[in-house]
Amino acid sequence: MSENKSNWPLWEVFVRSRQGLGHKHVGSLHASDAEMAIGNARDVYTRRQEGVSIWVVPAESITASAPADSEALFDPANDKIYRHPTFFVLPDEVNHM
Amino acid sequence: MIETQEHLRKEFDAYVAADKKIEPKDWMPDAYRKTLIRQISQHAHSEIVGMLPEGKWITRAPSLQRKAILLAKVQDEAGHGLYLYSAAETLGVDRADLVADLLSGKAKYSSIFNYPSLTWADIGAIGWLVDGAAIMNQVPLCRCSYGPYARAMTRVCKEESFHQRQGYSIMMQLMKGTDAQKEMAQDALNRWWWPALMMFGPSDSESMHSSQNMKWNIKRFSNDELRQRMVDMTVPQAECIGLKMPDPDLKWNEDKGGHDFGEIDWTEFYDVIAGNGICNKERLEDRNKAHDDGEWVRDAAVAYSEKRNANT
Repeated sequence: MSENKSNWPLWEVFVRSRQGLGHKHVGSLHASDAEMAIGNARDVYTRRQEGVSIWVVPAESITASAPADSEALFDPANDKIYRHPTFFVLPDEVNHM
Repeated sequence: MIETQEHLRKEFDAYVAADKKIEPKDWMPDAYRKTLIRQISQHAHSEIVGMLPEGKWITRAPSLQRKAILLAKVQDEAGHGLYLYSAAETLGVDRADLVADLLSGKAKYSSIFNYPSLTWADIGAIGWLVDGAAIMNQVPLCRCSYGPYARAMTRVCKEESFHQRQGYSIMMQLMKGTDAQKEMAQDALNRWWWPALMMFGPSDSESMHSSQNMKWNIKRFSNDELRQRMVDMTVPQAECIGLKMPDPDLKWNEDKGGHDFGEIDWTEFYDVIAGNGICNKERLEDRNKAHDDGEWVRDAAVAYSEKRNANT
């Protein structure tokens, strides 16, 4: 079989669904370069006007936090509940503060 | 070490049982990873091979509008295949390997696509019944425990109902036509009905992967439950446009609040899976040809990108 085993690089795709919203991760695709990645992202992820702007990022350029670190990264917020306004009980009269 | 694995495994099971989502970098049992890779890649292959029976009719569609619609539908199937390959890759497999397994015949895809599309009415029957059955299978997968798969399925399901409606609309139009057109629609239903019911897989008592996949929230309903729903949903749709179900045993059962229906020919089902369907050979040959014919395009794209990178 004449299977050429080499993949084009993997790109992660982010789409802004409309002006005023941030780009959101929608999936990934393979493309030989950034320009083709944008073209492919258009065809794969925005066939029904799902976007007005596309970012493509080489998957290997993304550094992600490890699930094992989630305690160190995200847990401390739990014991600082005073960061949330509902921690402070107000008299009924000023309840809209 | 074994104890740690056992502990992780218990935590995982409890986490999934609580209906929480697993993401790519989370710890997961090898068997969970393996079963998902198998299921998602087979699903992706099915979308890709699924383009073939319908693709044949793009140049033969009866009107420009039908042609444009079918083209958009087939393009969606390509998109669905790509969402799913992308989801499979988050589990650590390489897309080139998945594609190689499809092309060599090692990987499976849905047997339904090994049936031929003989007339234009088949395009109606495929959209209505095959995509209809696919929706029935896929809607529960939107809540699957593996995040990337669930998200891909959500996108797929949004697009799939267009597919089913365009198929039913072809059948509707034919049933308003001449006797020959009505006959053509009925003939397509006769040929696609049973294979469409086989799409839900073996009966619950025979199914290999079901119970573990249920525990892991990869599967939510049994094959037979989904098949029953398909029958109950489709019968009135057929009646509404004057089509007759090709099943003499089909009748409403008041007690169970659903239809009783005839026995599926499981010999045929296993025979097609084993590679002896009408189109198994043709489908693989067509996929291989498309892949080989596209090789110069892939090579040219790489050469172009390399040249451009060298110049910057």
